[in-house]
Amino acid sequence: MDLTLKIWRQKDAKSAGKFVTYPLKNISPNCSFLEMLDILNEQLIQKTEEPVVFDHDCREGICGMCSLYINGRPHGPDDAVTACQLHMRKFSNGDTIVIEPWRARPFPVIKDLMVDRSAFDKIIQEGGYISVNTGGAAEANNILVGRENSELAMDAAACIGCGACVAACKNASAMLFVSAKVSQFALLPQGQVEAKQRVKKMVRMMDELGFGNCTNTYACEAECPKLISRSNIARMNREFMCAKVI
Amino acid sequence: MNSTFFRFSSITKKIWMAFLGLFLMIFLVVHLGINLCLLRNDGGAWFSAAAHFMGTNYIVKVFEIGLFAGFIFHVFLGIILQVQNWMARPVRYMVSNKTDTPFLSKYMIYTGGIVLIFLILHFINFYFIKLGWVFNPNMTPDGEPDFYHIAKQLFVIPAYSIIYILLFIVLGFHLNQAFQAAWQTLGINHPQYTTCIRRFGTFYAIVVPLGFIIIPFYFLLIR
Repeated sequence: MDLTLKIWRQKDAKSAGKFVTYPLKNISPNCSFLEMLDILNEQLIQKTEEPVVFDHDCREGICGMCSLYINGRPHGPDDAVTACQLHMRKFSNGDTIVIEPWRARPFPVIKDLMVDRSAFDKIIQEGGYISVNTGGAAEANNILVGRENSELAMDAAACIGCGACVAACKNASAMLFVSAKVSQFALLPQGQVEAKQRVKKMVRMMDELGFGNCTNTYACEAECPKLISRSNIARMNREFMCAKVI
Repeated sequence: MNSTFFRFSSITKKIWMAFLGLFLMIFLVVHLGINLCLLRNDGGAWFSAAAHFMGTNYIVKVFEIGLFAGFIFHVFLGIILQVQNWMARPVRYMVSNKTDTPFLSKYMIYTGGIVLIFLILHFINFYFIKLGWVFNPNMTPDGEPDFYHIAKQLFVIPAYSIIYILLFIVLGFHLNQAFQAAWQTLGINHPQYTTCIRRFGTFYAIVVPLGFIIIPFYFLLIR
């Protein structure tokens, strides 16, 4: 496949960025998208040019490091996959591919396509955990968990925190991410003890960091590589109301 | 944006927005019921009686204050939330978003803005006359504004009627998204009942604006 890439290049957080066009030839349709970028970078290095910086780690779709906005969609044209699991067969020979970093005020660009997603870490630090005292591990079956809640909690816990929900949302809202983290604990007995404090603190931090508000377009759900459901947002709203009122 | 009000959480603001929106939707049904009295061939007797009741009943007057406060607060919250949303993405994407979402869900602030402009015109044509802020020569023998004839005179103007019809179509789109979004914001999302809520919202968003749209058609084509 012969492709034309338009890639956002930005020297550092303070510099102004611009799109740079790179022609790329003889790319196998069986390449992953990140492998295609690796090939481009090898060519750039051979020409003693600066390689394109982009986030990646496991390349198995589970770490949540990929953060590429490809042709108007986070993680590209395939559904329910991360950019590392996207393959070039999803594109056609002669295509122009525009690659941008996530755009959101709380996700500043560090360099090229790499953005700082530590805003998510700050939200998690506010309450995305359960406090467990040190000591011997408790017998897991001492606390019974219903099958349905167990499944729903596991579904919510599947969120890998990649930020595609923020990137896709027209408001750069982080509601799907935060609601998944709130839900995975709210659904389990172990999470009940700190439930009220958790939701209040995580929502407050989300707002302070400058994420937008949810306007129920559900673009987040549509683009989530782990198929996190919008029902988590409703659950978080319920949790928040109860925490505030009761 | 550091005042106490702006520090209300995003969810609190949205919950208020949802409650007020649902309250306004209830009012819209009451308003439609009164407007449909215009269709009776009684020289406006029912409509005038309903308008007189709404204008003089003390319980209605109390609700009216709540209605105006709710409406202003709904608009104000909508603007605040939208400004915050614009601020959350200072650098836009070069390629516009291609995510498959309901088309008009992205344009609620614009459909809401169009409805607001219409409401201001509506107030000038009707409510401000009632308050005596705008003069209109159509008066009943009791010295009250004759809203039946005021409405009739407006609806026989084709341009006014067309704008009226178009704006209620826009309102229909606004309500279709707003109804299901309000319940989602209030935490009501259930695999079984959410479908019913969405269908009812669509039914409401078609039937209620259609009820309003029938009135200019009646005056333009039948009367």
